[in-house]
Amino acid sequence: MSDLLKIAGKTYQSRLLVGTGKYQDFSQTRAAIDASGAEIITVAIRRTNIGQTAGEPSLLDFLPPEEFTYLPNTAGCYSADDAVRTLRLARELLDGHKLVKLEVLGDPDTLYPNMIETIAAAKVLVKDGFDVMVYCSDDPIIAKQLEEIGCCAVMPLASLIGSGMGILNPWNLQIIIANANIPVLVDAGVGTASDAAIAMELGCQGVLMNTAIAAARDPVLMAGAMKKAVEAGREAYLAGRMPKKLYSASPSSPTTGLIK
Amino acid sequence: MQLTINGKSRNFEAVTLSVENLVASLNLEGKRLAIECNGEIVPRSQFSVKQLAEGDQLEIVGAVGGG
Repeated sequence: MSDLLKIAGKTYQSRLLVGTGKYQDFSQTRAAIDASGAEIITVAIRRTNIGQTAGEPSLLDFLPPEEFTYLPNTAGCYSADDAVRTLRLARELLDGHKLVKLEVLGDPDTLYPNMIETIAAAKVLVKDGFDVMVYCSDDPIIAKQLEEIGCCAVMPLASLIGSGMGILNPWNLQIIIANANIPVLVDAGVGTASDAAIAMELGCQGVLMNTAIAAARDPVLMAGAMKKAVEAGREAYLAGRMPKKLYSASPSSPTTGLIK
Repeated sequence: MQLTINGKSRNFEAVTLSVENLVASLNLEGKRLAIECNGEIVPRSQFSVKQLAEGDQLEIVGAVGGG
């Protein structure tokens, strides 16, 4: 079946995008990402340790940029300026790589996005030639504005980052999906496989997650579960579910030929 | 020469220092990183050309795990 995810002109087999944070070590990160089947993986940009051991392994040794599509993020940025600056460094770091995840946070406790700063950053980044996948609130008007600015994908939260609370407002997600001409991916808040399946059944083009896999008791097993959930949810969406009704006078077995 | 690197002050004996020299003296050769000098990105192609000056503020960043 050729049902590919298309983002900024490039196609992907996997609709599951995963983060690379919070794992025990790099080999567990690698094993979980392999089990997830993800092709797009997020990374953060941080100050390099100066004066540390030269031979210290790095994330890139375990996840070579030639094998994956890196999605550098702006996690930890609380202003448009910081986010833009971070992604310009990321572009230099990754040899002119244009696909980025923009997120501008508004509050260190909830990590809820600051959409005013996010919009300001999106405008600058799009003008600067970046392909911007943007983490956002589940406000349909904001999502549409981000599309109009020229973002290549909108990524509304299911619930707060790292909360594992699942999809709290499927109705807003449905409105965002119905109005969008660019891919809508759920980013943040997925807790377990059924949450990912529900996101896909709603018509999301993909799901991005980190903690749901990394904080599971067995991250590698959960990564495989998420892969199946995203695939199952996507197929259920494409298949078109039966309508819901309170009860049915139409049993599945024949009503004739009953023994007397 | 005094430089501020990733928020910490450091002194170097050299009178002239290129970004390339700095990377080598910090044992960061061959590492994938990006460098900002006084808020401006120094492209990798300019590492050997760009000379640092007293008091320059540098940010040296790399990719780490994140969501």
